[in-house]
Amino acid sequence: MGKTASNFDRLVKQTRIKNILAKTFIYLFLSAWAMTTIYALFWVVNNSFKDKTVILSDSFSLAVNPIPDNYITAFNKMNIGRAYLNSFIISGCTVIFVMILAGLAAYAMTRYNFRLKNTLYMVFAGSILFPAFSTIVPIFKMVLDMKLVSNPLGVIIPQTASYLSFAIIVLMGFMSNLPLELEEAAFMEGCNVFNIFARIILPLSKPAFATVAIFTFCWSYNDLFVQMVILRKRDTYPICTLLNEISSQFGTDFGLMASAVTIVVFPVLIVYLFLQNNIVKGLTAGAIKG
Amino acid sequence: MIYKDKKPLFIFLTPALIVLFIFLYYPFFRNIANSFLDIKGLGALGGGKFVGLDNYVRMTSDKTIGISLKNTMFMMTLAVVVQVGIALILALMVDSIRRGAQFYRTVFFFPVVVSATAIGLMFNLFYAYNGGLFNQILEKLGKEPVLWLSDKLAIYMVSLPVIWQYVGFYFVIILTGLNGIPEEIYEYALIDGVTGFKKTWYISLPLIWDVIKVCITLAITGSLKVFDLPWVLAPNGAPKGLTHFLGTYMYFNTFISQSVGYGAAISVFIVVLGLFVSFTVNKLFKHETIVY
Repeated sequence: MGKTASNFDRLVKQTRIKNILAKTFIYLFLSAWAMTTIYALFWVVNNSFKDKTVILSDSFSLAVNPIPDNYITAFNKMNIGRAYLNSFIISGCTVIFVMILAGLAAYAMTRYNFRLKNTLYMVFAGSILFPAFSTIVPIFKMVLDMKLVSNPLGVIIPQTASYLSFAIIVLMGFMSNLPLELEEAAFMEGCNVFNIFARIILPLSKPAFATVAIFTFCWSYNDLFVQMVILRKRDTYPICTLLNEISSQFGTDFGLMASAVTIVVFPVLIVYLFLQNNIVKGLTAGAIKG
Repeated sequence: MIYKDKKPLFIFLTPALIVLFIFLYYPFFRNIANSFLDIKGLGALGGGKFVGLDNYVRMTSDKTIGISLKNTMFMMTLAVVVQVGIALILALMVDSIRRGAQFYRTVFFFPVVVSATAIGLMFNLFYAYNGGLFNQILEKLGKEPVLWLSDKLAIYMVSLPVIWQYVGFYFVIILTGLNGIPEEIYEYALIDGVTGFKKTWYISLPLIWDVIKVCITLAITGSLKVFDLPWVLAPNGAPKGLTHFLGTYMYFNTFISQSVGYGAAISVFIVVLGLFVSFTVNKLFKHETIVY
């Protein structure tokens, strides 16, 4: 009797040790991967506060006496304020256009039954497969004909078109799960479809709209390809395009480069930390249903 | 009954469809048409001489196309095996812990929202021969500095940040798939004595197979769209065009060497390749879907 009990105890103990070992390994592995992001960012931010000669000799030491020189040079050499403004105009308008157009279309696609519904769904889903490479030249020609080269609208409209389908599909996934009862009640009270859309569907779909907005914003803000093609004047450059150009000119000035990276990443980091839960939720809804 | 009257339908759908057709579908088909033309420079857009399949024939004898295709396929393999692989391991690990899961999720996903331009500049600082992070680490270890963007190493060093950046994207998708597995299934497994690695292999993996397939398809189409990072790290496929991908080579031909028709042919090739590979992979990984 006693022997079996001690055997059992030993087994429990062994399993526990095994578990502790496994957990330790898991945490070590996860932390190691997390460090690739955390340390990389830390290294850049830390060095952005040092003199460039100090970075070259020892980039690991902590910037105990942080100097703002790199940031001063960055703001003097490039019109960063202007670039931020351009970025926010372009990405802000793209987000608004995408939300309006996609919201209306997704509502119609989830609530109405009509003959071409499946074909339309294919039209939306199919266009997600078009890479920007395969549409950019004709778009450039159209933008040229409309005299919108180096005009924010020349970027806003094509970007709206390319993020629209993703937005419609994410919103459709969300709206199709909204219960119909509220809409029926509102209809009984005398609301028409437009009222129902504005007063019921829009407020209820806020989380899905938030996801779409965040993704559209990040893609638009980070998209170098379309910006590079359409925007040809320096004072119309958004942040990414400006940085790309700066790096080819001052790539050897480490201090300046480190501060430039910090300047681009900072707003994204803030937005991310505030809204990360929406990002993750919405992404998965869209990716798996899409 | 609310939605019997179909008239509002037009008001809801027309704006989105107009934008899609004018700025996505029309350019897409116009681009295919362009690929059969000889267009000398962006100024000549709208005109051009019909040359039939010449642009496509030219691709078969172009050495750089070969390099770009090889690099793109290399990136694709890395994306499917390494990127989705690491993401899967990380997701399984985070799913098995309680404390800190939220923290890891936040950190792992962060690189995805940062612009590839910024990440490219950051890695430029890492790779620099004089005083770059990597060479300073080597120096600390008492080793000789390495020329990271040399002919031989460049393609690996350009691929590294691309792969690294998007691991978090697939991680989150897989993690959500794992969270969707009902707790009871694991409880039954526990009763049958299935735990640890066996549990992962025989229960978790088959149940999230569909999610992994989505990730693989996204990884394939994603690697065909690679542009920003290689362009910032190694402009124009530096050194000597060795780091060109299909996307960067298309840009180079269209906007720098101004053979627009040829660039169009390359972009059509990118689309066809994407469809072909996704289709094949979906066939290959065909697997019974388990409903739970």
